Amino acid sequence: MLNSPLFNKLLAQPKLLAKQLLIGDWFVLLASLLFVIYLFNTLWSNEYATKVQIRLGDKIYATYSLNQQREIHVHGKLGDAIISIAQGKARFAKSPCHTQYCVHQGWLSRAGQAAICLPNQISLELLGENKLYDSLNY
Amino acid sequence: MPRDARNDGRVKILKLKPTHIQTTADDHRIAKLAAFAIALHMVEAVIPSPLPGVKPGIANIVTLYVLYQYGFATAAWVSILRVFASSLLLGQFLSPTFALSLSGAILSLAALWLAMRLPKKYFSTVSLSILAAFAHIAGQLLVVRLWLIPHAGVSYLIPIFALAALFFGLINGLITAKLLTKM
Repeated sequence: MLNSPLFNKLLAQPKLLAKQLLIGDWFVLLASLLFVIYLFNTLWSNEYATKVQIRLGDKIYATYSLNQQREIHVHGKLGDAIISIAQGKARFAKSPCHTQYCVHQGWLSRAGQAAICLPNQISLELLGENKLYDSLNY
Repeated sequence: MPRDARNDGRVKILKLKPTHIQTTADDHRIAKLAAFAIALHMVEAVIPSPLPGVKPGIANIVTLYVLYQYGFATAAWVSILRVFASSLLLGQFLSPTFALSLSGAILSLAALWLAMRLPKKYFSTVSLSILAAFAHIAGQLLVVRLWLIPHAGVSYLIPIFALAALFFGLINGLITAKLLTKM
C-alpha cells in the first residue's frame, strides 16, 4: 500500500501546494491564520461560568446561579421545556421542539456558551464573573 | 347562442404574436456556467455536514473560475443566478436559508471585486478564494446576528466558521488554480 501511486501522490501534495502559492498567497494565508487564532483567543473564553441566563422570546426570563442542583420548567411557545442545573453546568434536559438541537447540545459549563431553541423560543446563555461582550448586548 | 356573447365586430380581438427573446452567446455561456454551479450546489446540499452551517462551498469554484476566464460581470451573474435557481430547486426560495445564501454571495462578490485589483504577479486564485470565503461567512453571520438570532451567543460560533472559511477557501482556490492551468 505504501508504494501505491495514490500514496505517492498524497505525499507530493505539500510540494504541489508550495509550488502553487505565490508570495502574496502566503501573506494572505498567514494573515488569515493569525486572524482565526485571534478570534479563538478573544471569543472562546476558558472561564467557567457562574450563572445561567434564560431568555424567553426577546425577554430575559430569569438568571440562576450554577452553584445549585435544580430543574427549571419554562413554558415556551411550543410547550414546557426543562432546564437542568447541576455541578456548575446547565443544559436543556427536555424540550418539546421537533429538531432537539438544544437538547443535543448537552451540558454547557463555560462563560459565553449558549444553547438556543428557536422553535420554542427559549435560549440559555452562560455568564461568567465579568461579562465579555457588553457592547453586543442590549 | 345569446346575442351578447356573439362578437359582432364591436369587440376587437387582440391576436398575440409569438415573441422571441433574443439571446446572445454571452447569455448562453452564463446559463451553461450557472448550470454547473447549480449542479455543484445540489451535490453539496445532500452531503451531511458535521456542524450545521459549515459547508465547503464548492459552487464558488465556478464563480472564481468564471471571474478569471470571463470577468467580473459574468461571475456576478453566475453567482446570483446560482443562488436563486438553487433555492427554487431546494424549495428554500425566500426562506432564511436563501437569505443566508444571498447575503454570503453578495458580500463574497464584493470581496472579489476588490481583490481582483491585487497584482496577479503576487496573488493567485488562492488569495481571492480565501478572501471571498471570509466575506461569505461575514455576510451570513451579519444576517444571523441582525435578523435570525439576535443574541450575543452567536459570537461563540464565529471562530469555527472563520476556520472553516480559511480551510475551504484554500482548497477551493487550489482547485480553481488547477482548473485554470488545465483549460
